[in-house]
Amino acid sequence: MRHSVTPWPAEREFVTIKEAETDPRYGSRPEDRPIHDLLNYGYVPLDKPRGPTSGEITERVRRLLGVERAGHGGTLEPRWVGEIPRSPGCFQSY
Amino acid sequence: MGGGDPAVSGLLPVLLGSATKASAEIHTYPKEYVCLLRLHGDVDDDALEWGLSQFIGEFYQTPPVRSNVARQVRKKELFEAEVLERDGRDVLLRMIVSGGTYVRKLCHDLGLVLGVGAHMVELRRVRIGPKSEREAVTIQQLQRAAWQFRECGDEKGLRSLIRPIEELLEYIPRIVVLDSAVDAICHGAPLAKPGVAQAETRISRGATIGIYTLKGEIVAIAKALKSTEEILREEGIIAKTDRVFMTRGTYPPRWGKGKSKTSQHTRY
Repeated sequence: MRHSVTPWPAEREFVTIKEAETDPRYGSRPEDRPIHDLLNYGYVPLDKPRGPTSGEITERVRRLLGVERAGHGGTLEPRWVGEIPRSPGCFQSY
Repeated sequence: MGGGDPAVSGLLPVLLGSATKASAEIHTYPKEYVCLLRLHGDVDDDALEWGLSQFIGEFYQTPPVRSNVARQVRKKELFEAEVLERDGRDVLLRMIVSGGTYVRKLCHDLGLVLGVGAHMVELRRVRIGPKSEREAVTIQQLQRAAWQFRECGDEKGLRSLIRPIEELLEYIPRIVVLDSAVDAICHGAPLAKPGVAQAETRISRGATIGIYTLKGEIVAIAKALKSTEEILREEGIIAKTDRVFMTRGTYPPRWGKGKSKTSQHTRY
């Protein structure tokens, strides 16, 4: 069953306003970024396993890569109604 | 399994450093899920198809009690729905929904429409905007690559797993600016016409756009004050800078300097 509109956008098209060149001394193409910059302008397309929450997984990745900040794009489990609160280090006896 | 173990898995983009500023945009992207739904009563195939068809297109949804947004009715969209497999009351569904749709709630509401009740047993996200789960990285792969980088200084593994954030911002229309305009934008300045090199054709007034360098790096997310046609025709301010990604000083500061001084620029 399909709705008429496809949600994935089509190809992009540009108009040139000014012909210009870029100075190779500054910045770098995204695919040529030094690893240090990649850790600041990058993301990991993670395959989240069942179990831990999105926040827990994000924190694990953050520590693993030793970056200061990490966040996730689009939470993968809005915690549902009636969930039992868990506290870290506390044995789950339910 | 524990009491509240979320049986949800699949693609979760983890944004690093400055890239965390892209999370609001990714939230709005359409997403594709495969979900296991359990019906609380018997429903035949035709009735199930009919029930699903009631949600195709736009539908209304109230966020769950425990959610991060105000509990008011919101308009969502179900672009596609397909029954992949069925085993009695267990139904495997594939669906494409607009950003911010609660699939768990959709399953519950589908149960109400069918008159028997239903709940979501398991959920897997298989696509988010331009990214599919085929490109997903496991935490074990990442662990191995991070170890190799730390212990052996070998960055090859890590480089193949961490992607540039620009890849994920594929859905946001772009404006490409000159090198000389980059640092002003990094300092929060609005974008004016003389700084523009290229503009995408589909920009509308008020749209969220990405400001990029000629090398293809994201500089900032901005709000367009003019459409593409207006940009071509008129002078003046084109976009208001909203969130800056790029570190100041990546490109040389050049604003307020005349053309005659272009050779004097230095990097700080």
